[in-house]
Amino acid sequence: MEPVRFWLNGALVEEHDASPTTTLLDYLRRTLRQTGTKEGCAEGDCGACTVAVLDTEGPSSARWRSVNACLVLLPMVHGRHLVTVEGLRRDGVYHPVQDALARAMGSQCGYCTPGVVMSMFEACYRDDLDEDWQVDDQMCGNLCRCTGYRPIREAAQAIAGLAPDDHFARLAASQVPPAPALSYEAHGQRFFAPRSLEALFDILDAHPDHRLVTGATDLGLDVTKRRKRFPCLVSLENLSDLRIIEARTDGLTLGAGLTLADLELVTRRLLPPLSRMLRYFGARQIKNRATLGGNLANASPIGDTAPVLLALDASVIARSRQGERVIPVDAFFEGYRKTALRPGEIIARVDFPSTPTDARVGVYKVSKRRELDISAVCAAMRVRVGDDGVITEARIAYGGMAATPSRAHRVEALLVGRPFEAVTFEAAAPAIADDFQPIDDHRGSAWYRRTVAQNLLRGFFEETRSARFRPLPEAPSSTVQVEVAS
Amino acid sequence: MNAEHPPRSPLHQPALHDSGYKHTSGEALYVDDLPLPPGTLHALPVGSNVARGRITACDASAALAIPGVRAVLFARDIPGDNLIGPIVHDEPLLADGEVFYCGQAIAVVIADDIEACRDGVQAVRVDIEPLEPILDIETAIERESWLVDPHVIARGDVRHGMAHAATILRGETRNGAQDHFYLETHATLALPEEDGCVRLYSSTQHPTEVQKLVAHVLGLGSNQVVCEVPRMGGAFGGKESQASNYACMAALGAIHTGRPVKVWLDRDTDMAQTGKRHPFWTRYEAGFDNDGRLIALDVHIYADGGWSIDLTGPILDRALFHLDNAYFIEALRFEGRACRTNLPSNTAFRGFGGPQGMLVVEEALNRYAEQMELDPADVRRLNYYGAAPRDLTPYGQQVTDNRLERIHTELLTSADYLARRDAIERFNAGSRFVKRGIGFQPVKFGISFTKSILNQAGALMLVYADGTVQLNHGGTEMGQGLHTKMMAVAAHELGVPLASVRAMPTSTEKVPNTSATAASSGADLNGQAVKAACEEIRERMRPVAARLLDVPAADAATLHFEGGYVSAPAGGRVTFAEVATACWAERVSLSATGFYRTPGVHYDAQAGRGRPFYYYAYGGAVTEVEVSGLTGEHRLLRADILHDVGASLVPGIDLGQVEGGFVQGLGWLTMEEVLFDANGRGLTTGPSTYKVPAVGDVPSDFRVSLLERAPQPGVIHGSKAVGEPPLMLAISVVTALRHAIAAFGRPGYEVQLAPPCTPEAILRAIVSQRDRALTHAVGLARKVAASPEL
Repeated sequence: MEPVRFWLNGALVEEHDASPTTTLLDYLRRTLRQTGTKEGCAEGDCGACTVAVLDTEGPSSARWRSVNACLVLLPMVHGRHLVTVEGLRRDGVYHPVQDALARAMGSQCGYCTPGVVMSMFEACYRDDLDEDWQVDDQMCGNLCRCTGYRPIREAAQAIAGLAPDDHFARLAASQVPPAPALSYEAHGQRFFAPRSLEALFDILDAHPDHRLVTGATDLGLDVTKRRKRFPCLVSLENLSDLRIIEARTDGLTLGAGLTLADLELVTRRLLPPLSRMLRYFGARQIKNRATLGGNLANASPIGDTAPVLLALDASVIARSRQGERVIPVDAFFEGYRKTALRPGEIIARVDFPSTPTDARVGVYKVSKRRELDISAVCAAMRVRVGDDGVITEARIAYGGMAATPSRAHRVEALLVGRPFEAVTFEAAAPAIADDFQPIDDHRGSAWYRRTVAQNLLRGFFEETRSARFRPLPEAPSSTVQVEVAS
Repeated sequence: MNAEHPPRSPLHQPALHDSGYKHTSGEALYVDDLPLPPGTLHALPVGSNVARGRITACDASAALAIPGVRAVLFARDIPGDNLIGPIVHDEPLLADGEVFYCGQAIAVVIADDIEACRDGVQAVRVDIEPLEPILDIETAIERESWLVDPHVIARGDVRHGMAHAATILRGETRNGAQDHFYLETHATLALPEEDGCVRLYSSTQHPTEVQKLVAHVLGLGSNQVVCEVPRMGGAFGGKESQASNYACMAALGAIHTGRPVKVWLDRDTDMAQTGKRHPFWTRYEAGFDNDGRLIALDVHIYADGGWSIDLTGPILDRALFHLDNAYFIEALRFEGRACRTNLPSNTAFRGFGGPQGMLVVEEALNRYAEQMELDPADVRRLNYYGAAPRDLTPYGQQVTDNRLERIHTELLTSADYLARRDAIERFNAGSRFVKRGIGFQPVKFGISFTKSILNQAGALMLVYADGTVQLNHGGTEMGQGLHTKMMAVAAHELGVPLASVRAMPTSTEKVPNTSATAASSGADLNGQAVKAACEEIRERMRPVAARLLDVPAADAATLHFEGGYVSAPAGGRVTFAEVATACWAERVSLSATGFYRTPGVHYDAQAGRGRPFYYYAYGGAVTEVEVSGLTGEHRLLRADILHDVGASLVPGIDLGQVEGGFVQGLGWLTMEEVLFDANGRGLTTGPSTYKVPAVGDVPSDFRVSLLERAPQPGVIHGSKAVGEPPLMLAISVVTALRHAIAAFGRPGYEVQLAPPCTPEAILRAIVSQRDRALTHAVGLARKVAASPEL
């Protein structure tokens, strides 16, 4: 039996006995008594437990990633370097982010502060934070109930991209080897993290009671909120085969194991509609752990990537020991949290055909709070418009409206063959009521969901009447980007 | 700050939060971070899963069979009195026979570790025969389910006033609850001590009440219980009364097992069991004269107090005291009642009823402005308190040091209000799907505990022979920077550098019989007590210093204590430390207590008359929003705030209170929505379902200023209380939203919008605005058709 082994603030930690469903947060606070990292919610929604992990697996060079320790299971940090708030001050000198936040008076009660500091820590070493709104996106997963954020925002802007040539930068640049495979067992629970597909399929065959996991941003909630324990967890995180990015003339392939943070960055150029949806998908800490494959395999009715895939005619490529199988996204979601995957299959990647030049595309996410919230309604729409101004094809997909992310077939039928004009969308909008019978819940009433779904259709026309696709501006007042004379 | 000429005192100077670097380094310790004594056990409550019912059976045997579970305690295991509460003892600590809300504690499970404890909680079997619960205000009114006596404040003849009004508005308003969402959940560590005594480390705003109630539950004297507060990870009123329950559970466990016991709640338990800001439902009738003056206001407010009294009485009082906000109303009748429902017991929350009261008059003013097509800022200005006779509040207190007009003028100028309002009108005329709005909100907020006897505070200063100082006062630190302010006061009075002063954790063994750190009063009350204690010591040190400096005893009063030195006007100085050493050698006492009581405050609730407040705090805000007509989403584009904190003790701290209060207020009014299912079970018990503002919800253009040259007479160094008043500045967001929503319809129509103004609430208001405009157009068309002469 091998132990879980990782480096905490530079010191090697070995653990033989902790249950594999021990969260990193519990391990830090209760076992190691490192209490700087706080628990505010245990559901990945407040950021008080934010720590940084050195990610050696992403498409770019090794970099620090802020993650919610409450949703990371201990074996997931095997072979990795971890930095917590206690590790930033070195030789009695505060890290620039600690200095910046304290001087800005960015802490009052101080309970969110260690998490804020660690999100700023990632920002400090990021090289892609060019705009202030990106810094807001970086920090939106850290709730502060005291300050009103102004000083936090100012401190974060001041240190974003500072990239001091320090211990942490040197560690990231030091060719730290990728995490090795892990086979761990404690208290009758197993955790495997294979590095090859062959090893993976061997494990899946040997352990029919397995549950697949990647970032654990959803499975972690089963552990912390529903106190579920799993006899056998198999992590796909170390499989480099699942992290391919392949841009071709006829389309784009994105590996299922890519994190949403990496996807947001690469699709900014390669597939802007997906990037636009990912901006408000969740907090930075979540996007640093969650994966495309995980979001699809969950088959949640409110998985925000699914409508985009539906609108763009994407296909899921399933992989098993027997080989590969192409599943159109349309056929992938079979019911509430139920997919077309067969036992022994994993999602390897998603294929997107290239977007036709006559297509107009819009993606929308509407929630109670703009950032860091779950959709009341999300939608992705694509219509093709012929030279004669007639709609030749329509893909109108919604999340939050039914038990699975689904297309509005009645609406689509009412669009095709009609002119790309406001009246066409106006006439089609009522058919939302035929396509969907949404539910009332704490995120919105059925009336709200229906009305917004219809309005998004109208908004889609307004948004794309003069532009085939609009990226989000820095601080939109609405998920729909209509032109306004300013 | 010029290094060569350091300021003579840290007062009114820039300073960092005294724990700032400890926060950013993770060194700051909270209750759940304290190193645990060996053998510490963990305890958690078992909550009721029904909102109202009779307990028919309890069985702990399955829980006790779990390895690590040490005990399961019920009401019968309480050695003292099971009934507790901050004012009236009407809350069983552990349910006894009946349950009154979903989540109510029935038993306490004590185990070796938290996992075993959670398993134990799930394994305790409680059978409850459900009874029909009351889950909303309307039902409570119908069944006459009241918590406290009604409170009435009246002046003049309100019916007569209505009869002479040119415009009468009748309406109903409501506001939602608000969860405190302090980042640190409730926590207490209890240690058994010799002779049956208990020592507690608790996250509470009110250590004296924890001490009293723990003594009450255990049948001990107050002197047998010590409660210490290291610091809190936020409180906002949520730890004023309700920390006591969990402290009592920990203490009960410690006494029962003879071992240290910690209670620390996970987020879901905390949100399911603890009370929120009170939702209110209000009926009102407002009469305006031809000039737009509010001349008569008749209001019935109903607060949802939840299942027990808690602090509902004084919260209702403060709501009534703030129904006038900044406005003189000649004839009025305000009646407040509190409903008993089967929901968590609602409690103190920053503003303490004041925000709910203000919302009512602000809605009436907004409706009037919408109907009359006036600028709502003008309507407000017209109604401000002013010179006599327009300077008397409904309860007869004179409004002195009135800064409303000054704030109005300075803020609307600096915010460029009029030009922006014009620009918005132009923008809206040319924009179909997106509209903008601007709102101005003035605030007047009464400062003092309205229960006058609570306006007292104590301090204990200890000067050591090496000249270093320990500062103890009765206030608790929850992030608001009270320790930072008190250190500045102490350093100023003793003339020592800040670095010589150490603020000690608040403890009932240092300062007894304290009031809660609440009602924004922490710095006002404790500051005066700290000042008094320091003065006492300084005056004792004076003759000793005079001897050291060869100054005649008669001239000792001329010595200056500043910057760590005591100096004579004619020259010559000694260090403060030298004087302290000399005092020790001369056997002069270097410790002193200080005490303060606010003068002149009193209130007669029967008569509805008195002077409940020592003074008023003022502020104003201008907010601009952009609203989507397609989704109801909105964004704050800009906020300008001008707030009156007197001569700020520590300006950076006060700025943080103003900004934080405003953002907490906008959370309450725009996105935070506490929801229960049809059985009274909380649906929003975590941040995934309950949304507090995130960084992107705060305007990137956020301009906050403190009113300059505005010292407040009679308050510690001219400062003013700051904790609560800024929260209500966020009502400007509602006014701005209404402005934008109105633009989707025809002018002259009132906006139908009740907080929280979620995207759904806003979209409904927009739809209603559009529909009425449509109805109007259709009506007009019919009229046209029916009028042959046209």
